[in-house]
Amino acid sequence: MGDKAEQAIMLEFTLQGQDFIRAGEASSEIKQRLKKLGFKPDVVRRAAIVAYESEMNVIIHARKGTLRVEITPRKILIQALDEGPGIADIEQAMQEGFSTAPDMIRELGFGAGMGLPNIKRFADEFKIQSRVGEGTLLEIIIHADKG
Amino acid sequence: MNTMTGYFNFVRLDREKCKGCVNCIKKCPTEAIRVRQGKAEIIEQKCIDCGECIRACPNKAKYVETDSTALLQEYKYRIALPSPSLYGQFRDPINPVRLLTALRDLGFDDAFEVAVGAEVVAAETKRLFQTGKLQGPVISSACPAVVRLIQVRFPELTSRILPLAPPSEVAAHLARYLKARELGIPEQEIGIFYLTPCSAKVTSIKAPVGGIPSFIDGAFSIQQLYPRLSHLVKQVKGVQHPGGYSRASGLGIGFGISGGEQAAVGLENQLVADGIASVIDVLEELEMGHLDGIDYIEARACSGGCVGGILNVVNGHVARARLDKIIREQNRSSLPLHERFPELDRLDYKVPRIHVEPRPMVYLDSNINGAMAKMTAAEKILKKLPGLDCGACGAPNCKALAEDIVLGKAEETNCIFILRERIMTLGMKVYNLAGIKPLTLSLEDLEKEGEE
Repeated sequence: MGDKAEQAIMLEFTLQGQDFIRAGEASSEIKQRLKKLGFKPDVVRRAAIVAYESEMNVIIHARKGTLRVEITPRKILIQALDEGPGIADIEQAMQEGFSTAPDMIRELGFGAGMGLPNIKRFADEFKIQSRVGEGTLLEIIIHADKG
Repeated sequence: MNTMTGYFNFVRLDREKCKGCVNCIKKCPTEAIRVRQGKAEIIEQKCIDCGECIRACPNKAKYVETDSTALLQEYKYRIALPSPSLYGQFRDPINPVRLLTALRDLGFDDAFEVAVGAEVVAAETKRLFQTGKLQGPVISSACPAVVRLIQVRFPELTSRILPLAPPSEVAAHLARYLKARELGIPEQEIGIFYLTPCSAKVTSIKAPVGGIPSFIDGAFSIQQLYPRLSHLVKQVKGVQHPGGYSRASGLGIGFGISGGEQAAVGLENQLVADGIASVIDVLEELEMGHLDGIDYIEARACSGGCVGGILNVVNGHVARARLDKIIREQNRSSLPLHERFPELDRLDYKVPRIHVEPRPMVYLDSNINGAMAKMTAAEKILKKLPGLDCGACGAPNCKALAEDIVLGKAEETNCIFILRERIMTLGMKVYNLAGIKPLTLSLEDLEKEGEE
């Protein structure tokens, strides 16, 4: 980038639990931005999927939450922080097909237990912290020079 | 071809008729139009030739540049390729054989149905899936506007496009291949002319996207030939066209309406999208990986499929109703092409393959750091704009104007609301200045001024 200051763009979205009408709006906006900025298609796709799955996790499981994105030319940081039930056994939650989503949500086609495994699969760096009864924090980094 | 930009576009503007209104800029799916100096200008890099602006124009100021029929004279043997949607343009349900005969009466030496190409494509697509050479989700390559949309707006999805030439190209290729062998003449003496309902097809013939040259030598719009053709169709006495390879069944003709390709390909998990907005929605879903269970996506830029194409004569719904009848009739009377002509498989004939390259748009800057600086600047400007998306500035919405300003292609005062605000501020300044009392004037002078 030479001697020019490295740019950063911050985005923040407030998410409401069970709001399936607006579900996907935040990640769609993130995808459009990354495309417009000229990130590589694979980077855009991975970031968009990670953002979408994180957004849906909050909407399906939590009361409310925030999706924060920090875009720099080198990397995309995605944070999803929620106030919700938390995850008792993170190792179990990371397994494909494991889900605590109620039937009603599964009937909508969500909660198939692929969210967290997919997030991890598409992320270059992945951190998860959770406290039962309080909430969950996901932190994902996508490196822009990969892919 | 525009030698400056390297892009082809065949949507043209009649500058006399264009009133500089905002109808087309608001309907363009790639935001490729701006009104400048009272006229709608197309940004070639972004245009996909879908024809939505032609549909939206109340002044009929936009049109597609098609070929002149004088081009026919350059070939010894001329073959017409009628698009399936042509069959839906006549009031009385038309027998395709009658139509092929009328095309010969119109001045072509022969006619070959695009629907035959459609059947060949459908059969080959199915075979590629069944032999495991293709895995879903695959997007149909039949609609050229969709293919170009994917190139510019969904570049990563180009790898998902069916690697087979579209039905019109396959029909042209097959017609030339068979005719040259039948007549024993060189292939280049045969001219193939497409009767098309589609603006994007015209472009795809002149500027093919699949890495191989077009097999079609000229394109005429259905509107262009309709007056004479509709007259000739009524004059046909008896059945004169021999049929043979050049005749399709209802399966191929079905490609003219949305859902028809799905019926012909006949895979387990298929999805149909028609209308450019619906297609964009589906491609967004696909890009997010939400369509993993789908094998095949039939996507058409025009609502209702090719019968909704802008170069047709009759309303798309009416044409569809007529085509439905013809399809049922043709399915009753004939078997699909490969069942009727198993020898087609034995010929050394290969369906032409294509490979579509991405053509991503540069939105703000080719350097990401630069693009980010511009996006941040555009964001700041956007906050000052009224958010009405009125289009009076010549851009389709406030966001597009903000980006145009950052790119140096527009100014803040192009927004009439900002302009009005500036004039008001200026007016206030003038008023306040006028209120300042010059020290040299006496009180009596000022009182006199007040009385006046």
